[in-house]
Amino acid sequence: MNATVQRSLPLEEPTPHSAAQARLHPEKANAHVRFSQLGKVYEGQQGPVTALQGIDLDIERGEVFGIIGRSGAGKSSLIRTINRLEQPSSGQVLIDQVDIAAFNEDKLVELRRRIGMIFQHFNLMSAKTVWKNVELPLKVAGVPKEQRKRKVAELLELVGLQDKHDAYPAQLSGGQKQRVGIARALVHDPEILLCDEATSALDPETTQSILGLLREINQRLGLTIILITHEMAVIREICDRVVVLERGRIVEQGPVWQVFGDPQHEVSKTLLAPLQHALPEDLQTRLQAQPSDKHASIVLDLQFTGSDGNEPDLSALFSAFGGRVSLLHGGVERIQGRALGHLLLAVSHSPLSVEELLTRARKQAQHAKVLGYVA
Amino acid sequence: MWLDRLWQGVIDTFLMVGVSSLIALILGIPLAVILVTSGKGGIFEAPNVNRVLGAFVNIFRSVPFLILMVALIPFTRLIVGTTYGVWAAVVPLTIAATPFFARIAEVSLREVDHGLIEAAQAMGCRRWHIVWHVLLPEALPGIVGGFTITLVTMINSSAMAGAIGAGGLGDIAYRYGYQRFDTQVMLTVIVLLVVLVAVIQLGGDRLALRLNKR
Repeated sequence: MNATVQRSLPLEEPTPHSAAQARLHPEKANAHVRFSQLGKVYEGQQGPVTALQGIDLDIERGEVFGIIGRSGAGKSSLIRTINRLEQPSSGQVLIDQVDIAAFNEDKLVELRRRIGMIFQHFNLMSAKTVWKNVELPLKVAGVPKEQRKRKVAELLELVGLQDKHDAYPAQLSGGQKQRVGIARALVHDPEILLCDEATSALDPETTQSILGLLREINQRLGLTIILITHEMAVIREICDRVVVLERGRIVEQGPVWQVFGDPQHEVSKTLLAPLQHALPEDLQTRLQAQPSDKHASIVLDLQFTGSDGNEPDLSALFSAFGGRVSLLHGGVERIQGRALGHLLLAVSHSPLSVEELLTRARKQAQHAKVLGYVA
Repeated sequence: MWLDRLWQGVIDTFLMVGVSSLIALILGIPLAVILVTSGKGGIFEAPNVNRVLGAFVNIFRSVPFLILMVALIPFTRLIVGTTYGVWAAVVPLTIAATPFFARIAEVSLREVDHGLIEAAQAMGCRRWHIVWHVLLPEALPGIVGGFTITLVTMINSSAMAGAIGAGGLGDIAYRYGYQRFDTQVMLTVIVLLVVLVAVIQLGGDRLALRLNKR
């Protein structure tokens, strides 16, 4: 519970031992899940295929951690090494500082009961009712009947399916199936929840409600959530930190606002592209590399990365430009309490040189560049 | 007079088919489970066991029943002490039915989505739990369908066994219909067999449908 409460505190006021502070001083933290030089090689038909290599990563207790990448980047393999559905070829996975590689079936079963998992295609037993599906993990663990009854009822209520006890999965919508999946994953009160593309088969509205539920669970139960996805929107919605995976390697990592506000790697930029305000087509066609006359407007692209923690100060910006400024396109969004985004401005009748405009723009925005001129 | 014999024939057929199919059910399901789980990537991976069992099943499946029955005569005598009558027919019928049914059940078990097995492992199921709580319940509609086919096939084979002295409807049709040209008996037997098969098929289909929650 502690980690959760503390996690919601502002970053500026870290309390001792909080997850936030742990993030600032990773060397002091006892990672909940630690990957150390992890590698995975599959024996393919045309020789060995490297799925993961040299993965070093710490995931803190109580955080929502996102792993994103294009398909085939190794996300699935990586998340599956945590509950050993996938056996690493090299390196270690440490959970609470314990190397899980040597676990026998007994210890593995015990470990898996501490780790819940939900899946893209839900993977519910079609021959069992909602109730029996959620009850199954308890049943195989030998939990007495009365206790099972209490726990299953409690979880079905948590996910809002108290009226679907006797329904079969085929009678449920996708969102309801995933709720059953979540209830089933939580039935052993796990400390970690693994989400394998949990919303990729759902429509946008259902995705929102499932992500909302996951966030609520993370805050109420304080469990660590590790999710993989190929959708940046999912990361933006609930993650605290993210790594970008490409060809089995980590190519970028950091707090979500940072990776979103100022992506460094090409793959991150590509993945972010659908969320970004591209230059509208009509402007694109009007844009010229050189000014046609002295009244032509300069089109500036200002990027706010959220790194200073402030919102864009428009009045300061406009008075600094000293001309006519119109907003062409863009906007900011808030991620983890930080405002980030792009603004496309057209500046005309300014007495300042282009270089001076850019210098002044950079006082407000983290990045600024000239896109061109419009008449 | 012949009506009594007909009645006896029905009972004999039921006995032969019932006993051999029941044994096939009891032996066939574990056999199918072993065939599926011992295969490559299976939860009890054991390639050698898989190969040997698979070969056994294939051998018995490829021998035509009439030949299998004759070839098994010494074995049958060893088990039941005689090569004549209903119980003597049960031995080759069982030996034919078990691999037949096991192969059909194997297909149903194999069709269980691998994601379900993965989910079961992730929730902390032991391997036997996966067999009992996931593989068998999920494959049950298919297994019921397969058992229906096995029953119908065994009625077919039991008629063949009847022709070499096992009793049952096949025996009656052969002796009265073929050897004495008694068309009435022949037709009655045919009608009885058609009704019997139809009832079994219909019952099996209904049950499979009711069990299928997909």
